[in-house]
Amino acid sequence: MKVEQISIFLENKPGGLSLVTKTLKDANINIRALTLADTSDFGILRLIVDHVDKAKKALKEAGLAVGLTHVVAVEVPDKPGGLNGIIEILSKAGVNVEYMYAFIERSGQNAVIIFRFDQVEQAIDVLLKNGVTVLPGEKVYSL
Amino acid sequence: MIYNEEFETLPREALESLKLNRLKQVSERVYHTVGFYKKAFDEVGVRPEDIKSLDDLKRLPFTTKQDLRDNYPYGMFAVPMSRIVRVHASSGTTGKATVVGYTKRDIDVWAELMARCFAAAGLTSHDIIHNAYGYGLFTGGLGVHYGAEKLGASVIPISGGSTKRQIMLLQDFGPTVLCCTPSFALHLAKVGEEMGVDMRTLKLRIGIFGGEPWTDKMKAEIEKKLNLKALDIYGLSEVMGPGVAMECIEARNGMHIFEDSFIVETIDPKTGQTLSPGEKGEMVFTTLTKEAFPLIRYRTRDISQLIVEPCKCGRTSVRMSKISGRSDDMVIVRGVNVFPSQVEEVIMKVEGLEPHYQLIVERQGTLDTLEVQIEVSEKIFSDEIRKLQVMEKKLTKDIKDYLGVIAKVKLVEPNSLQRVEGKTQKVIDKRKI
Ligand SMILES: [Zn+2]
Repeated sequence: MKVEQISIFLENKPGGLSLVTKTLKDANINIRALTLADTSDFGILRLIVDHVDKAKKALKEAGLAVGLTHVVAVEVPDKPGGLNGIIEILSKAGVNVEYMYAFIERSGQNAVIIFRFDQVEQAIDVLLKNGVTVLPGEKVYSL
Repeated sequence: MIYNEEFETLPREALESLKLNRLKQVSERVYHTVGFYKKAFDEVGVRPEDIKSLDDLKRLPFTTKQDLRDNYPYGMFAVPMSRIVRVHASSGTTGKATVVGYTKRDIDVWAELMARCFAAAGLTSHDIIHNAYGYGLFTGGLGVHYGAEKLGASVIPISGGSTKRQIMLLQDFGPTVLCCTPSFALHLAKVGEEMGVDMRTLKLRIGIFGGEPWTDKMKAEIEKKLNLKALDIYGLSEVMGPGVAMECIEARNGMHIFEDSFIVETIDPKTGQTLSPGEKGEMVFTTLTKEAFPLIRYRTRDISQLIVEPCKCGRTSVRMSKISGRSDDMVIVRGVNVFPSQVEEVIMKVEGLEPHYQLIVERQGTLDTLEVQIEVSEKIFSDEIRKLQVMEKKLTKDIKDYLGVIAKVKLVEPNSLQRVEGKTQKVIDKRKI
């Protein structure tokens, strides 16, 4: 049920992001979701793409420091309180969320949120037991 | 094995007298053939015939890198160009390169000294040497090459660059020995790993690394990743090239200096005073056998110390320990002497960090600032900002504890620091003082 996410170390300087997007474009990779977390000096770009291995290889060859992390894609009812319900389930079970961000595409009527947990297996377990829809990687890459 | 039993195990007394004779000859020769030396000797009021003992060496003037630059390109040559069979030049990271020349005999002596190095590393004619030192103006490539041929080993003259191809040849040609800079060895290990090659199963058994200062930690890392014994070699183009000194496989503790060809001194880089053996200071060399480019008391700027105790390998020559820094790399930040090698030690203590770093010194108002930029490697990269910030903080603290100076630590992208011939420039001093 896990989704593979690519992370890239970027300095806060002009041209960093465009090297990533150009590399992926040249390798014919589609970006499914993207978020940038940064400090004053550096940032970490997190990506979900349609072909993880191909993307990782291309980015490494472009000389970037690339990491692979497992994240969880969760369907969230697109209505007020939808996200809140899920956060409550997690906090009740004592599952810690490292970070999260929204996926661009929808899954039917629902929004998709990407979560990064310390304890991935445990988090998935909790979500499934509470009837939350967790999307498998293959589905997410091709949304 | 000892390549030249006679000269390498000469009793100290005989060696001292050989050195004195040769010193007298070379002083005589440079005085009469190199304008620069005539002037320099005259200025300090010493004549070649004043050299009566090895102690009199102290009376001779130093030669600096700047002197070589001032006499660019051929001003320091002691023989006419018709006798020069080759020139090399050192990397000119600042200003003009320095040009060195060799006669036929110089090339032969150099080849022999390199052959001695290989024998000291335990190599024989059965070895295959993967020589990844650059061929060309740089002395590394050809220096190793001629020595390897002299020993009768097989050479793969791959030179630098094209890492992936090098890894292919390392697998296919089965070399038993790797010669390159330590940072290139680590680079090979890294790229090999990325290509999915098990670098530990290659046939490599010995690595001969030099051309830049490196730490014991790096040595251990190279040995682990490439599954070989790493040995230290020393040399610089001005003095000859690689092969001035070599670590023996028997003791693996300091590099034997070929004293029948070079006299070594340790001096205080600030005062120029000669230090006692064992004291840490700048290495100074006088060449005894070179015809085309003899040097008197050449200041290398390399910081090391001499080991005079007899070595178990049987060689009678003194040894020098691993180069721990460059006297001209040293920067004074807010009154504190900072050697890049100290910063490197701190960096290398962090698991997964690689020694690709740069010190940037600036002056803001009246205050000096030190920034240490370190390239992020895949191993330490985390997708959580917090973890990277914790690492930055820890490095800042360790640098402060170890060096006594506050530095701003900044993580930068891989391969983003400027490299010259595969080496990162360790210090950038932007102060205008
Ligand atoms: Zn020895």
